[in-house]
Amino acid sequence: MTRKRVVCFFLASLSEQPIIFRLVKDYDLVVNILKADINPQKEGYLVMELSGDKKKYEEGVQYLRDLGVKVEPLSQTVVWQEEVCVQCGACVSFCPTDALIIVDRDTMEVSFDNERCVVCGVCLDCCPTRAVKLHFEVA
Amino acid sequence: MAIQKTYEEINEKIRKGQAVVVTAEEIIEIVEEKGYEQAAREVDVVTTGTFGPMCSSGAVLNLGHPLPRMKMKKIWLNGVEAYGGLAAVDTYIGAAQLPENDPENKVFPGKFTYGGAHVIHDLVARKPIRLEATAYGTDCYPRKKLDTVITLDEINEAYLFNPRNAYQNYNCAVNLGDRTVYTYMGILKPHLGNASYSTSGQLSPLLNDPYYRTTGIGTRIFLGGGVGYVAWPGTQHHPHVARGENGVPMGGAGTLTVIGDLKQMSPEWLVGASFVGYGATMFVGIGIPIPILDEEMLRYTAVKDEDILCPVMDYSEEYPYGKPKNLGHVKYGDLRSGKVVIQGKEVPTTPMSSYPRARRIAQILKEWIQGGRFEITRPVQPLPSADADIVVNNLTERNVNDFSNIE
Repeated sequence: MTRKRVVCFFLASLSEQPIIFRLVKDYDLVVNILKADINPQKEGYLVMELSGDKKKYEEGVQYLRDLGVKVEPLSQTVVWQEEVCVQCGACVSFCPTDALIIVDRDTMEVSFDNERCVVCGVCLDCCPTRAVKLHFEVA
Repeated sequence: MAIQKTYEEINEKIRKGQAVVVTAEEIIEIVEEKGYEQAAREVDVVTTGTFGPMCSSGAVLNLGHPLPRMKMKKIWLNGVEAYGGLAAVDTYIGAAQLPENDPENKVFPGKFTYGGAHVIHDLVARKPIRLEATAYGTDCYPRKKLDTVITLDEINEAYLFNPRNAYQNYNCAVNLGDRTVYTYMGILKPHLGNASYSTSGQLSPLLNDPYYRTTGIGTRIFLGGGVGYVAWPGTQHHPHVARGENGVPMGGAGTLTVIGDLKQMSPEWLVGASFVGYGATMFVGIGIPIPILDEEMLRYTAVKDEDILCPVMDYSEEYPYGKPKNLGHVKYGDLRSGKVVIQGKEVPTTPMSSYPRARRIAQILKEWIQGGRFEITRPVQPLPSADADIVVNNLTERNVNDFSNIE
């Protein structure tokens, strides 16, 4: 079993392809869409969690790549720049999934768990030092 | 016998490397273990720290003359206007100033990704800064236009001069309205969605010296990673407020004007900040040493987050329009825990000031004093304290047509 969060970028011409259906039907993957921006005649992106058999997962990703979809692990897409963060903690009450969290209220230090991030982008606005970077635009 | 120590005695110990220096957090445990009297006997200096957004900050720069000489009237540093109303090549860059072409809040809420604070941060980080200036030209200063690049090390003088820093206590900001509001206290979600606060509480300088007994004009401090001084009471210094039994103000009260050599400072402790929908500001690192002259001083420095109260203020109507809501007070201890109860509702808290950084400042200052490189100072002049008759006034608006003798 494998479970991975990926970000898919696709061209306008692909926006009418039923790729989720194919991932489910042909590759037996469980698809959980976390965030998406898909419009006809426009390039778009899709953030999703894929889980299933490891081999099937790899074949599914290959299917996407063969279609021309760029597939990147989420961990390389959302970056918390620790050296830019001043540890104020403003992000923590906004992050809906506790990806940005103060675990220890004595030290008050902020940490970021990539695995929990759903790329909602709310931290981008509430961080005064702009310590979180997304490698693509969120609408 | 009651404990009495003088500034000179404490400095003598610092010079010999014998001073006992602890942080404003460490003193709390020491008092719990040994009691006030014994702690006052043993401890010589308590160090404090704060690292929060402080808008009323800026830097005075002397840029040096180009040739031909120039009396700069309009000045921009990386596109951000610096004040041109001083002598020919002196200027002041304010932390909250925005670039000329900033979209501001035209598309609401604006991002404010760059401003004067970021210029100061970049200067201190030794990055090259674009300097543009215009002038009308005089016989002594003929030059009219300049477009060049400067660095902090090449310009003559550069000193931080912040008219209002280190606010002694502050509001806890909430939003009772129906829409998200974007404020200098950060983003506030509607219907008490979150409560933001900005102080290092038990580590904060003026909460450990509530009546400004040892912090006054001339006090040597940690400022932006270098050594600075208290220059004056800060603007809106308003010590005559309600206080708890421990003397700690129950809302915004004292403030400090601080000054220090920018060339000694570090980009780690002066950081540009962007508040969505509000503007640019600067995180400023300040640490103040508090000499334990007697047991009373020790008691002040042993203040705990649980004993510090902060007024809850609504930023949908109460603050901007002056409509009282009487939301009461919350304890810093609760704010720091991540949740407070306001109007019977549990509200998540949003810190704006960095507690981990405040702790590091107190630690660095402690090490400076222990190492004998930083001595404490008796204030040249005390700040006005709680007994001073200072009233903060709102602006009175008048009809200009009633005045015939104004320009």
